[in-house]
Amino acid sequence: MGMTMTQKILAAHAGLESVTAGQLINAKLDIVLGNDITTPVAVNEFRKAGFDKVFDKDRVAIVLDHFVPNKDIKAAEQSKQCREFACSHCVSHFYDVGKMGIEHALLPEQGVVTAGDCIIGADSHTCTYGALGAFSTGVGSTDMAAGMATGTAWFKVPSAIKFNLKNKLPSNCSGKDVILTIIGMIGVDGALYKSMEFCGDGVANLSMDDRLCICNMAIEAGAKNGIFPVDEVTKAYMNGRCERNPVVFEADANAEYEKVIDIDLSKIVPTVACPHLPENTHPASKLSDIKIDQVVIGSCTNGRMEDMETTYKILNGKKVADGVRCIIIPGTMQILRECVEKGYYTAFIDAGAVVSTPTCGPCLGGYMGILAAGERCVATTNRNFVGRMGHVESEVYLASPATAAASALTGYITHPKEV
Amino acid sequence: MNTKGKVFKYPDNVDTDVIIPARYLNTANAQELALHCMEDIDTEFVKKVEKGDVMVAGWNFGCGSSREHAPLVIKTCGTGCVIAKSFARIFYRNAINIGLPILECEAAAEEINANDEVSVDFDTGLITNHTSGKTYKAQPFPPFIQNIIKCGGLLKSLKEGENND
Repeated sequence: MGMTMTQKILAAHAGLESVTAGQLINAKLDIVLGNDITTPVAVNEFRKAGFDKVFDKDRVAIVLDHFVPNKDIKAAEQSKQCREFACSHCVSHFYDVGKMGIEHALLPEQGVVTAGDCIIGADSHTCTYGALGAFSTGVGSTDMAAGMATGTAWFKVPSAIKFNLKNKLPSNCSGKDVILTIIGMIGVDGALYKSMEFCGDGVANLSMDDRLCICNMAIEAGAKNGIFPVDEVTKAYMNGRCERNPVVFEADANAEYEKVIDIDLSKIVPTVACPHLPENTHPASKLSDIKIDQVVIGSCTNGRMEDMETTYKILNGKKVADGVRCIIIPGTMQILRECVEKGYYTAFIDAGAVVSTPTCGPCLGGYMGILAAGERCVATTNRNFVGRMGHVESEVYLASPATAAASALTGYITHPKEV
Repeated sequence: MNTKGKVFKYPDNVDTDVIIPARYLNTANAQELALHCMEDIDTEFVKKVEKGDVMVAGWNFGCGSSREHAPLVIKTCGTGCVIAKSFARIFYRNAINIGLPILECEAAAEEINANDEVSVDFDTGLITNHTSGKTYKAQPFPPFIQNIIKCGGLLKSLKEGENND
């Protein structure tokens, strides 16, 4: 029987000819990742278990991104603990303030992750790197500790759902609308324990930023990983960027899938996930009477350069509506710099928005845009659970950068064509 | 190994943000974090939970963030076991890795009510509802995972493996 793309990568990393769904394997890891919230727990476990060195200083990545620049004394202590661990183990991919970015925007940009990799990260959105044709999945801190110590992790080989993408997205839609539409179709546990494998002629029409966004939210459908095939778009992105040579895996023609779902990209519309689950999706055009207090454009889902460009095109020369706080967070220092160089930063300020240095901040209700009781936010982030961005009676509406920027101008949820 | 206690019942899709809100994650201290366990959907839980009590929930328990703090605070509060129709995969992995007993059993999760008195035998997967008199059998873990649990978590099982090599 043939293997899916994910199964092929796992087999190669387990040193096996082939694997089948449900099989328990031990696989070699190319990158083990942690952030300022999950790494301290991993470091404590690592030490408690008596490990004294990491398996490979070049294969561990620690990114301070959730609460930095440190939001308070406790956060500062956690960052300090990460810094000291990274320093004492000579971790080469340690990203502190000034170098850091939101981890899942940063690692692909810096070429730390590449096609064919097997990656674990103590952050649920580690599934983002599937966009490059890697197997990449989120784990907890103990798995991170074990991965840092041994360079391996155990996995149950997943089965897969195949998403056959056709045609091309309308101009006011992006990867975010695709993944929100899919989560609305299959539900927040629709891909539980499974791979989401994206393929079909439509893939060629999706940019890397679209693909990174789509894979990023695979976890919101419960998936173990999301993955795209490696094509010319991927190769152009990786060329001169990746520090290790990409390895290209392809699904077998006779690979077995639990389900095949056809997605006609030309039929996608600007989509919004209403509180309090990402599966609660509706067309943006049907929500125009929902008044908002805040807009957040950023996060590991939508803080990339194309997201900034889209935001710029909509906000440039216009004004954020009275009563709306518009917070824009470029995902990495390089993206922030590009926003400055291209004049986006000035245009954002002139429109009445604020621009922050990279941070996960408001996405998880950490800081930099917390909501009060009864307040509503349109956010390009990935979760709209109860209390996710602040008070338990606040509400988060998940949307694309185009819909979020359009909504910032009107003060209501707004289809991008309306502005 | 077993546990016995009263039931706290929760719905489908209980996410890690309500199990332990991220606003408290500026510390990794389990005792401190445990004071806020479930507070965004059940402010009474922390006040009422006693050692050995059982959480019963619907589909996709523990969805969302990878934070290991979530199973850790449930365990630190004294909860003896979580029974659900299904678990989100990172939570499932984390619970095993830190030694919080969890069981998947759709019928038990459907029929057991809040405040019922329940006991769970982890070796056999037998769930007994002393209030209704009904018993249920949960799916046992595969031997590989049973070994992690027996060793007291993933890192201890790795150390044990090293010693046996």
